[in-house]
Amino acid sequence: MARSFYDEMYMANGECRSHYRDFTRWLAETPQDLLAQRRREADLLFHRAGITFTLYGDDQGTERLIPFDIIPRSIPASEWAVVERGCIQRVQALNMFLTDLYHDQRIIKAGVIPAEQVLANDCYQLAMQGLDLHRNTYAHIAGVDLVRDGDGSYYVLEDNLRTPSGVSYMLEDRKMMMRLFPELFAAQRVAPIDHYPSLLLDTLRASSPLDNPTVVVLTPGRFNSAYFEHAFLAREMGVELVEGADLYVRDDKLFMRTTSGPKQVDVIYRRLDDAFLDPLAFNPDSMLGVPGLLSTYRSGNVVLANAIGTGVADDKSIYPYVDEMIRFYLTEEPILKNVPTWQCRKPADLSHVLANLSELVVKETQGSGGYGMLVGPAASKAEIEAFRARLIAKPHAYIAQPTLCLSTCPTFVEQGIAPRHIDLRPFVLSGRETRLVPGGLTRVALREGSLVVNSSQGGGTKDTWVVED
Amino acid sequence: MSRYLERAENLARMLDVSYSLSLMPQDGSKHGLDELAMPLLITGTLDEYLEKYGQMHAERMLTFFALDPQNPASIYCCLQAARTNAHAVRGRITADMWENINSTWLEIRGISEQGLGRYGISHFCEWVKQRSHLFRGATFGTIMRGEPYRFIRLGTFIERADNTLRLLDARYELLGEDIDEIDGRPARSYYQWTALLRALSSFEAFAEIYRGSPNSRRVSELLLLRPELPRSLRACVDELNLMLSGLPGDNGRPAQRLAAELLARLQYTVIDEVLEEGLHTWLTDFIQVVRELGQTIQASYLEVA
Repeated sequence: MARSFYDEMYMANGECRSHYRDFTRWLAETPQDLLAQRRREADLLFHRAGITFTLYGDDQGTERLIPFDIIPRSIPASEWAVVERGCIQRVQALNMFLTDLYHDQRIIKAGVIPAEQVLANDCYQLAMQGLDLHRNTYAHIAGVDLVRDGDGSYYVLEDNLRTPSGVSYMLEDRKMMMRLFPELFAAQRVAPIDHYPSLLLDTLRASSPLDNPTVVVLTPGRFNSAYFEHAFLAREMGVELVEGADLYVRDDKLFMRTTSGPKQVDVIYRRLDDAFLDPLAFNPDSMLGVPGLLSTYRSGNVVLANAIGTGVADDKSIYPYVDEMIRFYLTEEPILKNVPTWQCRKPADLSHVLANLSELVVKETQGSGGYGMLVGPAASKAEIEAFRARLIAKPHAYIAQPTLCLSTCPTFVEQGIAPRHIDLRPFVLSGRETRLVPGGLTRVALREGSLVVNSSQGGGTKDTWVVED
Repeated sequence: MSRYLERAENLARMLDVSYSLSLMPQDGSKHGLDELAMPLLITGTLDEYLEKYGQMHAERMLTFFALDPQNPASIYCCLQAARTNAHAVRGRITADMWENINSTWLEIRGISEQGLGRYGISHFCEWVKQRSHLFRGATFGTIMRGEPYRFIRLGTFIERADNTLRLLDARYELLGEDIDEIDGRPARSYYQWTALLRALSSFEAFAEIYRGSPNSRRVSELLLLRPELPRSLRACVDELNLMLSGLPGDNGRPAQRLAAELLARLQYTVIDEVLEEGLHTWLTDFIQVVRELGQTIQASYLEVA
């Protein structure tokens, strides 16, 4: 089947897109051995700085380097402006949806979203019902995953409203590029992103009604795959990095233990899933959380960013309704498109999916990290059959989407430079206002033809440039 | 010797800041030439450069500043001078220190042959900093706590105090008073101050102490008056006092008195007072005092027979 991919650098006729011209000229003029030397240097520097991640289910080598590609993904400023507006619109609607959902449920009453889709969802937290949050913000930090289809238009693949990660790679990739290839930045105007940590801190402080709240970053600990990022953000913001054991609740207030005595904590940027936050309220086996945290939270004595129960809005079974949410709450037309989605819980959709398994992508509604999904065109017959059985057994746990022709970007691979599929994750911050830094994290699937960009599945990253047209 | 090494490190820090800032999107279309001229301006070598080359040219300015053997203020010449001086006092310093300083010199000759563009500017700055760290570590870990040690430390801190003052002054001249707090937009001043802090390895300290965006008031307070930051003026003067009071004999009275006076001025002032006086005036005054202190130390100990 001949499929046409949208390439970020070249047009269909092989001509270079204008915003990439400076770069390709530079690439052609730079000697190969110099590039190779710089790529080795990048590896060394990432290793030295300890910018690594851990792969679960891998006994040997707990620390891995995330492959970094030196060819940047470049977005013209005019195009970015649309993406930016689209992301802001989407996250605003999602926050309004969460506020509504945990209060009046107007959207359900209006019949826009079926009640069972929301209320029977595992991620719907009864504990949040009726609780008023400052500024009505639930998802303070959101990562919107975008891809481009064959015609180049942007689609939202998913909204990550729980604890989206990867922002440290966005920042470190830029630092690395500026270090290795400063001449590129001297020749072209690339919008800066380094102020992200300061925006993040600003957002976290704005999430509390207090004037000068004490902010901490809560990490599950150094065995977590994104531990580097937790430590990195805490240091860049100048706030404490804490684990559950460093915190305790007394008199319905949250304190952290410090050498000079207890200190009250007002805002937690938590990088821990809902289920682990408080063993008294959620998973009783969790050693990672803080007993009594939920009660403190409900009393309004501490802010969690993101709030508990945001997972219900980024669930893949809710995803098909986001367009409707935007129309319902903002009375605007969605700027970014949703990927058409079949909900396997609907019998008609299910039979369509079963008949076309080899062409579709099927995902678990609550899966993430590229685990537990089927990419039809890339799967073997046996894999498809095995998946079919699981699908029939639990249809409500799956959705299916057409296989998108993810856009490609030239990338260094063993055989030289070749196109590889990429996506884009901008990070949207909601505080006093909703905003983002220009760009985001570009992930690239390094295996030829692969459409899965997750780092746990062998994906790499690229620096992302927003350049003046 | 230690002054020259510290100076080389500071020059590298200066270069690093200006270079990374020159890569930011600029207001004009001069491709950050002004920013690149900054290190030359701070070290007072811009005129010499212009005399020699006539025009501002990015690559040439960088090489002139970093590797030109004819420019006495270049990093190359600093390392050369450090090595020459170390050679002269070879008997009083340890083998570890000597070998370190000598191999630094040998390596920079190699880099100079290779050319800066090929080696990479950031890489180069990093290298100079590392060599300086290494020398300091070797000194701290191997030399007897006698007079040579004290003089080495004195040289380091005189140089460092001077550098912190000059860097702050230059950045402040460029930015002036803060017009208003930036509201999260990537304002130029945010990046300027951040770059300065990073160059002085003080960004993390700043974030921890102030938890907010850098502005001239906070940055000045940190870099001038905070004793816990190892590159602040206050910390340098603390160290100078400690070293001077440990030196035996009466010759050093004038230097000791000057250093103690300097410390007292820093201890009992607050940043608002400094800003009221005008940061630039204050800094110029202190650059002068620190230079005087350096000269007095020289006169008291090294020139009397």
